[in-house]
Amino acid sequence: MAEINETAVEEKVGLGKELLTLAKKNLRDYMMYIVLIVIIAFFTSRTDGKFITALNISNLFNQAAYVAVLAIGMTLILILRQIDLSVGYVAGFSGAIAAILLEKVGLPVGLVIPLVLIVGLLIGLYQGVLVTRVGVPAFVATLAGMFIFRGLLGVTTSKLGGTIVIKDEIFIALNNGFIPDFGGAHNVHIVTMIIGIIGACMVVYSQIKARRNKEKYNFKVVSLPIFITMLILISAVIMIIVTVLARWKGIPWSAVIVGVILLAYNFMLNKTKLGRYIYGIGGNDQAAELSGVNVKNVILFAFCSMGTLAALAGMLYSSRLSSATPSAGAAFEMDAIASSYIGGVAVSGGVGKVTNTIIGTLVIVSLTNGMNLMGVDTFMQYVVKGIIFILAVAFDVRTRRNG
Amino acid sequence: MSDFILEMKNITKTFPGVRALDNVNFSVKRGEIHCLVGENGAGKSTLMKVLSGVYGYGTYEGDIVYNGEVQHFKGIADSEAKGIGIIYQELALIPELSVYENIFFGHEIVKGKVIDWNETIKRASEVLKKVRLDVDPSTKVKNFGVGTQQLIEIAKALSKDVKLLILDEPTASLNEDDSENLLKLIKELKNQGVTCIMISHKLREVIEIADTLTVLRDGATICSLDATKDKITEAEIIKHMVGREINNIYPVRQEKKIGDVVFEVKDWTVEDPKKGREILHHVDLKVRKGEIVGLQGLMGAGRTEFALSVFGNTPGYKITSGEVFMDGKQVRPKSPRQAINEGIAYVSEDRKGNGLILIQDIKYNNTIANLDALIDKVVINENEEINVGNYYKDSINIKAPSIEQKVGNLSGGNQQKVQLAKWMFVHPKVLILDEPTRGIDVGAKYEIYTLMNRLVEEGMSIIMISSELPEVLGMSDRLYVMSEGTITGELTREEATEEKVMALAIKGTKER
Repeated sequence: MAEINETAVEEKVGLGKELLTLAKKNLRDYMMYIVLIVIIAFFTSRTDGKFITALNISNLFNQAAYVAVLAIGMTLILILRQIDLSVGYVAGFSGAIAAILLEKVGLPVGLVIPLVLIVGLLIGLYQGVLVTRVGVPAFVATLAGMFIFRGLLGVTTSKLGGTIVIKDEIFIALNNGFIPDFGGAHNVHIVTMIIGIIGACMVVYSQIKARRNKEKYNFKVVSLPIFITMLILISAVIMIIVTVLARWKGIPWSAVIVGVILLAYNFMLNKTKLGRYIYGIGGNDQAAELSGVNVKNVILFAFCSMGTLAALAGMLYSSRLSSATPSAGAAFEMDAIASSYIGGVAVSGGVGKVTNTIIGTLVIVSLTNGMNLMGVDTFMQYVVKGIIFILAVAFDVRTRRNG
Repeated sequence: MSDFILEMKNITKTFPGVRALDNVNFSVKRGEIHCLVGENGAGKSTLMKVLSGVYGYGTYEGDIVYNGEVQHFKGIADSEAKGIGIIYQELALIPELSVYENIFFGHEIVKGKVIDWNETIKRASEVLKKVRLDVDPSTKVKNFGVGTQQLIEIAKALSKDVKLLILDEPTASLNEDDSENLLKLIKELKNQGVTCIMISHKLREVIEIADTLTVLRDGATICSLDATKDKITEAEIIKHMVGREINNIYPVRQEKKIGDVVFEVKDWTVEDPKKGREILHHVDLKVRKGEIVGLQGLMGAGRTEFALSVFGNTPGYKITSGEVFMDGKQVRPKSPRQAINEGIAYVSEDRKGNGLILIQDIKYNNTIANLDALIDKVVINENEEINVGNYYKDSINIKAPSIEQKVGNLSGGNQQKVQLAKWMFVHPKVLILDEPTRGIDVGAKYEIYTLMNRLVEEGMSIIMISSELPEVLGMSDRLYVMSEGTITGELTREEATEEKVMALAIKGTKER
């Protein structure tokens, strides 16, 4: 059959028509933004504006941090058509190790953080070796991991009387503190504003650069008015969030940590060989292998990265609670997997972006946060999240089939 | 009542942006073998999908008159109920189920609420006899080769009491023997009163078997020829298919500069641990610079296994003896990456299965095997990537709106060109092409042959694995014939004839 004639959509057509075509073509990409906006609007109206106060937005970022870190790692795993069910308890176990090293062994925080990350890496390595070298399917290997690390978490914490309280201030600041400002108290957090402005400029700059590049090679670009509107919208959203935060305590450290990881993974996936290989293996592992890609090592890398990020997530979580508990980590993997899928990782693998996964995380965490504000029962929250999750995936599967 | 079992009148089917079928008229006489030919994208498969109800009533314009009545098929179930059976190129059997389970899959024989297995096996044996297949119906389907599986598919269709059987490129993945067998069977079915529509690219078969022949081009009927009256030639069909004359199916190379031996394999013996037996026995083969070497043999002779075992041994075979030399230096590639680095490239026979990454675009696939060439420190230079993509798109004429087109949306011929572009970008010394023209149309075949000639003129060496005898004879400077994992003969272009090659190809089979 002949290819669908894409040039039918030329720049000559009216703006309205272009918007419509764009909306149709990219419905999948925009859908989660729309969902997020609807959720925010809904909770804002239902909580008399409490939902978008600076306090609550900071709170939301802090709640989202550990899920976001897990979800970024999970995105790689899912693109590769693997799964990691153990991340929740690996996170819980890592948080407990951090608490023990800090409070019982008395190591300095600067040593504890890298040590725990190494523990996470080794756990990832162990599961990755099971999957790639021994040949155990990821579902089984990590289900076993779920048993093991849940058990280890219980064993370590119960020996020390259950909950281990963390007193180290730096560690606690990881997921409760805010970035510092220039001396003295201002009405506005200046560093936050500066970061916001730089951030917005960078986004605008990179978009313009990408557009120039596309024009240079005569690829289709959206028409100028739409492009400018998009830029204004994006910068407006960034500036609004930053301003709200700046008028309170500024940007939370957790947002900085997630931001750095997000940028690093986004760079890796889009700009490096390893990123290409990850998409290639997810698309067709045999073809990737015959193209000279070391499929096993790439998958091994993804599990190691997942383990390390799970350890970080565990530390963020225990920082937030200022303690390690035997129940930490329960159902984290559910939020992480759901975030990735809501963010558009294809169920059949090979497709997905960490930047969209973050939107998925915000959807999931906003739901939790908003329903908590509204006083919705915890178990009912699971039902709601489950329904949103399945709707997102069903929508994804349908639009992909038609597209 | 007319003697037409099927008349499709003024069928028009449009997809967004393209008119796939434009007022097509297609009439099939009762009890005949009707071949449908045309280039890829001509609309053959679309027409058959309209007929079988995959594109249901209401999505197309025009009438389907079957057995004298206008039909309104909403789905395959409707057309099946009327006795229309369709067998697709990609077989739809379930490997882990037995032959009889497969035959009656979806229309099980029940007694009350439970399946009557005894009756199922009995009936399965009956239809197997009809397709002249002497196998134990309780064997799992995965144990059979494609040829046998094809026959099982036909048996399945017959078990549904089919009156009109549609075969979509049934011999595309069969070797000469199996093809022969299948064509014989189709003739027998005709004598039993089954009407057949066969889509095929293999014109020789078409001429051999067709009573009537319809040519489609660009979604329109070009002509319907009565083969029972006039003798139809291949050239004539090709002329109708492409709308112009192709005088030489195999382009002539301008200058032949054959140099020293570049690539040599000695005493290559390989064992497949999964099968627990030796699959290649002491294979010796050499290729000179600027030479096209054919590797001919029947399906299952071990040609692909040979290529894969040399190209980094991805299937995990045990190489019990043997050496590989590149430019006289011994190498032992343990992965495709190492093989590529040594200058060996392998273009897979199964471009959708393990050749291309269909959900990615042309430029991605073009560069995936040689990203090192695009790397600035750690970052992939995307501008350079676009240059590479555009260069190959123009250079080898990949037909697509842009290099950002997903490869899955391209036609078979263009997909094959993307595969070649990918490996050309690696700049190998030896290019192993495994069935390079399988399932692609005449025009695209010609382009691939021309490209092969260009590559060897530029100093590359090519090993061409192919089951199509005329192609191997037409393109190779020298050829090896393989049978049951052994090289049974080596012939120069001048020595090689179809008879000689066939005799060597079945040699092992007869002796043992």
